[in-house]
This record gives sequence, C-alpha cells and structure tokens, in this order.
Amino acid sequence: MNALARAFALAVGVLALAAGAAESEVDLEPISPNLRDKPSLQRGMALYMNYCIACHSLQFQRYERTADDLGIPHQVALDNLVFTGQAIGGLMETSMPPESAKNWFGAPPPDLTMVDRVRGTAWVYNMLKNFYVDPSRPFGVNNRVHPNIGMPHVLIGLQGVPKVKENVYRPLDILDGESALVRGEKGMVYSAADGHDRERVRNTLEVESGTGSMTAEEFDQAAYDIANFLHYVGEPGRLERHRIGYWVLGFLAVLFVFATLLNREYWKDIH
Amino acid sequence: MAEASPTPQRPLQRLLAWVDERLPLTRTVEQHATKYYAPKNLNFWYYFGVLATVVLVLQLVTGIWLTMAYVPSGDGAFASVEYIMRDVEYGDIIRYLHSTGASAFFVVVYLHMFRALAYGSYRRPRELLWLIGIAIFLVLMAEGFFGYLLPWGNMSFWGAQVIVSLVGAIPWFGEGLAEWVRGDYLLSDITLNRFFALHVVALPLALVGLVFIHIVALHHVGSNNPDGVEIKDNKDENGIPKDGIPFHPYYTVHDFQATVVFLFIFCAVVFFLPEMFGYFLEKPNFERADPLKTPDLIAPVWYFTPYYSMLRACTFPLFGLTAKFWGLVVMGSAILIPAMLPWLDRSPVKSMRYKGRISKLMLALLVVSFFVLGYLGTIHTTPFTTGLAQICTIVYFFYFLLMPWYTRIEKTKPPPERLT
Repeated sequence: MNALARAFALAVGVLALAAGAAESEVDLEPISPNLRDKPSLQRGMALYMNYCIACHSLQFQRYERTADDLGIPHQVALDNLVFTGQAIGGLMETSMPPESAKNWFGAPPPDLTMVDRVRGTAWVYNMLKNFYVDPSRPFGVNNRVHPNIGMPHVLIGLQGVPKVKENVYRPLDILDGESALVRGEKGMVYSAADGHDRERVRNTLEVESGTGSMTAEEFDQAAYDIANFLHYVGEPGRLERHRIGYWVLGFLAVLFVFATLLNREYWKDIH
Repeated sequence: MAEASPTPQRPLQRLLAWVDERLPLTRTVEQHATKYYAPKNLNFWYYFGVLATVVLVLQLVTGIWLTMAYVPSGDGAFASVEYIMRDVEYGDIIRYLHSTGASAFFVVVYLHMFRALAYGSYRRPRELLWLIGIAIFLVLMAEGFFGYLLPWGNMSFWGAQVIVSLVGAIPWFGEGLAEWVRGDYLLSDITLNRFFALHVVALPLALVGLVFIHIVALHHVGSNNPDGVEIKDNKDENGIPKDGIPFHPYYTVHDFQATVVFLFIFCAVVFFLPEMFGYFLEKPNFERADPLKTPDLIAPVWYFTPYYSMLRACTFPLFGLTAKFWGLVVMGSAILIPAMLPWLDRSPVKSMRYKGRISKLMLALLVVSFFVLGYLGTIHTTPFTTGLAQICTIVYFFYFLLMPWYTRIEKTKPPPERLT
C-alpha cells in the first residue's frame, strides 16, 4: 500500500479492516454457463434446494419465476423443491433464523442470489470443488478457493472425503521459481518451506475412494449444475433480454435503411 | 405550413390559425426549424448535441419508470433494484437502458465538447453558449454522482464515501461541511434519501432548464461549423445566409439517421453487454452496501476516472495544506478550467483546420492525456502510474494555460471567405 492509498484509507475512516476476502490459492478452472441447458439448471436447482437453501437464501428470486423459466410444473416444484411450506409465488428464503445462524456460524450465511454476478460462475464451480479436510478448522474442512471458509463441506456425502495429497516438495532455482510464479500454473501453491528459499509445492486433492456416492465426473457435473443454476439466479432475465435484443437491433437495421434513403432524397440537391 | 390566405378553408388550417392567434406556434416552428438556417457543411462531429438530447429524454423517461418501483431507503433500495430486475415487467431492460444511458450521456457529451475544442465553437459570439454548456456538464456530473448511490450497492456506498469525504479535506470547516452534505456522521439512509431527491427532482429540472437555454442561445447566434466561418456574414438579398440550409428538413433527416445508428450501438450494449466488462456496472455493486467491507479497489465509474486520477496524482502537502486538499483543488480546476477557453484562445482563426501545428499537437496531447488519466483511474496506483498521472495532469493543464501564448505565436492558415 503506498502513501497515497494509505492517506485515502485513513480519510474514509477505513481502519483495521483486515477481514477482506482472501485470495484464492488456486487458479480457477474456467467454465461456461449454459442457460439453455434446462436439465442442468433443473438438477442445479434440485441440488441447491436439498443442500444449500437451508442456510443460503435466494431472497430476491421467486419459486414461481424459477419453475417457469426452468420448465418445472408448479405442482412438481411445490412437492419436490419447496421445503419451507411457502406458496409458489414466494421468495426463496431460508428457514434458518438469522439470530441462531449468527450464534452457530459467527455471521449469518450470506444470501447467494447475486453471488454469480459478484464473483463469477467459475468461482462458484471451483469453490464447490476445492474443499479439503483440515482438522484445524471449526468444521473440519477448509477451502482452497475461499480460504478459511466458515462452513462445513455440505456436499461431502456426494463427493466423498477430499484430502490434500502428500505435498511434493521440489527445490527450485530462483529464476525458475520466478517464472513459475509469473505463469501461475493451475493447481500450484507456492510457499517458502524449511531449508529452501523457495519451493514448489504441488497440492492436489484426492478423494478417499468409497466415501462419496458420486464418481469424480458425476460430482464435477453436480458442481457445474449448481454454478449454472446460480448463474441463472444472478440474472434470470438474460435469455429473454437477448431474444428481445435481436428484434430491437433488427428493427433498427431496417429503420436505418429507410432513414438513409430519406436522408439521401433530401440532400441530393445540396451542394 | 399555413398559407397566407385570409380565410383558411380546411379544418386543420383553421385550427392552426386559431392557435397562432393565441400562441406563436407557426412562428416558433419557423424560427427554430423550417427557417432556422444552419451551415451546410456540418459533419460527423455535429451529431452529438442532438444525441445528447436523445439520451436526456431517454434518461427522463426510463427514470420515471424506475422511480415507480424503486424504494429510496437503506433497507429497501438494493432489494427494490433486484425487484425491478426480476419482478417488474421489462424492469431489467428499463434499468439497463438507464444505467447504460448514464454512460452514453457522458460519451456523447465528451465528444460534443471535443467538437467545440476542435472547431473553436466557444469563440465569440458563442462564449455564453459555451458557459451554459459547462454548467450543463457540471449538473450532469452531479446527476451521475447522486444517481450512482441509489442502487445502494457496495461500490455505490464506498464511491460516494470517498467523494463526500473530499469535502472534509477543506481546511477549517471541511469536516462540518461533509457532515452537512451527508446529513449524518456516516453515509446513511439520510444521505441516500437526499441524493434521491436531488437526482430525481432538483437536478433534472436544472438540466432541462439549462438545455433549453443552451438551445435558445445556440439558435440566437447560430451554429459554428468545421470552417469556423460565420455564415451570417454572407447573406443573399432575402437576408438568408448563402451557405445556410433550413434545419428542417435537412438536418432533421440527417439527425434521424444518426440517431438510428446511435440507438443501434446503444441497444447492442443494453441488450447484450449491459455491464460493459465492469465499466458501466461494477461487480462489487451487485453486493449490498456494507460499511464494514471495503471493496478491494474503489474506483468511480469510467466517466469520472480522468478527474479522479488527477485527484490521486496530488501526493504531497503544500503550504501547510494536505495533499488531499490540493487533489480536490486540482480536480475542481480541471473541471472548471474549460470555462476560461473563450478568453484563453487568442488565435486569429477558430477552426483547427486553419490553426497552426502547436494547437493541433496540444489538442492531441490533451486527448491522449485524458484517455490515459481515465484508464489510470480504474486501476490500483503504483509509483509508476502516479508519476504518469502527474505528467498527464500537467499536460492537461498546459493545453489551457499555455493557450494564450501558443495560439498567438503559431502560423495559421487564412480561413476561406465562404464554407468549403
């Protein structure tokens, strides 16, 4: 932080706000959401309703709109996806009382309606895939994308128990290490460890076999489906907006032809 | 138009005659459209005035509709914006029209101002027209600033926090003044409500009023043109400028075509890129305002970043006053100094076409420095970017402060008698 930035921080009364979002320890694996993939969105919604909404509300989004956009009949949605006893027109709230949540977790779990727009689809996807066992944490797990995350690994029953594989230490010469740092290879974590100036540590997560109900591919798909669903929830009107947009641009293109002809007609005798 | 027949026969003509007797309708239309003579050589750069008017109307209309569902309170604002985005019919499109419209407003106004610099549109007899334009620009900046707080996102909050705190840098009474602006010790619900009142009532009124007299003044002195030659100096026997053509229909069809092109680009952004990669809608603003959570980088929206960079470029205290105060002074001067142009420009010619090399170079440097400052305002500072911002700030001010000197010594080309 340079002097000017510090002056500004002081000026706005920002003191000791060290609690800012910690940086991801791994490069995010990119994914592209697909709003036309309704089966994926439906699976994502089912997973969200079963595993996430008990703590994380989607307080700006309504069940009805979601069911309609995802092609789920209202009764099917009410019977299988609405666990709060709300009407179909209700907002997707959590049943967890905020006061208790504060006692249990230190802070109420954040609403996730807009998480996709704040952090991006890839962040959600990678966060779901980067939990690992860490006995030093209150819930026994940590997360490489969201270090020191204050929640349990809710999908552990699906994924199985992910553990950090034995670290592979390799001494590096300094130049090599620099370029590796600059490139930021995926899945690399860099740290200074005993006896070496700089070491390259390759941490991979490995799921203990037989502990989860899904295969690795199935779990990747599940994480994608949830991320895709949250991408939809972040801005449910996208597809409709694009659809209208093509018509608007088409209309303006046609109007341009007539505007040009009209303009030419009038201006032909001005020299 | 009404023929000069003593007893108009057709019902519409009779109605028009009835109205004209009571309201100067025909006369006004003639004065401002059908018999308002504009230079025939107005080029691409002359579209942006009318486009600014188009955007103004768009902002007023979409703003009215947004106000119908928006809740101006610390508790309700953020949720009401999401309500507009999800539950209001076409609410997302109305909102994006308005948010993109804010950026579009500044795009066309900056281009409109550049045109004035290039062709000397601020020169006699258009000094007052230019000053009214500067006033419009100031109101527009205030309008943008107040409006940006209303979604009550985290960047709204922290951006406003930083800018309001600048007032606090004024020695002696700054802190009290900042408190008076906020109406509270912190940026709060009270601040949001007064910004809302200013954004939807006070400033739009001022804006519409100023735009009206801007156009009245323009039609009084007449448009400048790329040659910088007064068309009123060459009139025919009927008193009509030889190089003038009636605004309607020639420039109305011209402007209509330009408006369609503008709307095409504008709608492409609204419908397909409303966030414009974080330049029109910033990511932290999708998170509710949180006084305990400072965004990683506080950056104003792009249209304020050139001035924000100049503010940040002031890094040392002087004469016992803080660097922040000098930053405020430099930023304020940068915004206001264009008002001096009519008296700084001593060139015998108006248009860049006939000015000398130094003027062209200085204008080019001004544009480059403005873009560089604009970019630097969107990123974290480093010693290098601060140094670059300081150089660009000096270049920006040199364009204005050295103008009396370089416009007098340089060799100019003689402008033509008539339009080319």
